Amino acid sequence: MRKFLVILILAVLGFYLFEAFSGLGLGFPRFEHGVKDYYLDKTVSELHVANTVTSIVVSFRGFDTLGEVTVLFLAVSALGSVLYKRRHDVGSRSILFASSGIVRSGSKLLFPAIILLGVYIFIHGHLTPGGGFQGGAIIATGFLLMLLAYENFRVSHHVLSYVESLAGIIFVVIGLLGFIDGGTFLQNFLPSGILNELFSGGVIGIIYVMVGFKVAAELTGLIYSVLHEKD
Amino acid sequence: MIYLILIFFLLILMVGAAIYAVVQKDLLYAVIATGVISLVLTVLFYILQAPDVALTEAAIGVALTTIIFLITIRNTLRHEDEYSNKDKFKSPTK
Repeated sequence: MRKFLVILILAVLGFYLFEAFSGLGLGFPRFEHGVKDYYLDKTVSELHVANTVTSIVVSFRGFDTLGEVTVLFLAVSALGSVLYKRRHDVGSRSILFASSGIVRSGSKLLFPAIILLGVYIFIHGHLTPGGGFQGGAIIATGFLLMLLAYENFRVSHHVLSYVESLAGIIFVVIGLLGFIDGGTFLQNFLPSGILNELFSGGVIGIIYVMVGFKVAAELTGLIYSVLHEKD
Repeated sequence: MIYLILIFFLLILMVGAAIYAVVQKDLLYAVIATGVISLVLTVLFYILQAPDVALTEAAIGVALTTIIFLITIRNTLRHEDEYSNKDKFKSPTK
């Protein structure tokens, strides 16, 4: 009976997969009349953004980015809720061996440079490759380095959660402010400036800075709660 | 042509590292192998002109995922068959 059920489910799945893929027309040029020309044209002519990927991710598909950030937030908060048990003796990390002096001084030297690189990447998200997610992840790596080198390096969970919530709230408020001109959610209501300058692209820069803060706070909190889990 | 050879070599390296990560019983080596996959993937993304994705892969795939797996291994078991082999055959040397 169970085998029959499995075969039935597999048959239904296979049928719908075949249905989906048979209409694709593999090998034919399908992207001639798509939206790519529109995106490539409007990115430079209207939004004045140098990085096309950023303009698609934040402006044209900004709502998807909000969903992505929400998914990351849900994943991190689920992990935190699973690992939330020894919050009262934070600081007693399980350490196999103390890090040497070279590692300590080296990471102290590298930490500001890593933070600066992350901040550079998410501030210049609309000019150079990179953006909020990449910059936030790099900042989280810097905190990870410090947490591995120093056993009494503390990150305040309250500060992290406040930064994270504030960044998310500002993102949504900027999205809602797009309605004031009679536009849509995440409409670009600021002047777009001059191409290849730092203050260009309207709200794209602000949103990417907020995404960077949010991702950095989330990933740092994730590493912190994983690192403090000991049996 | 030289790019094609380089991409081919990197793809072979990726597949090799993936197979090694599956076969290897020592989970520490397996995690390092997955990190190598991400590293090679970063280079591939850069060659294929996707620097945004390459940055993401470098930060998340190489650094964060590997370290989180390492911390997990440190808190659990290092070898894959540590439990199942414990009572089957006791090694005389230990």
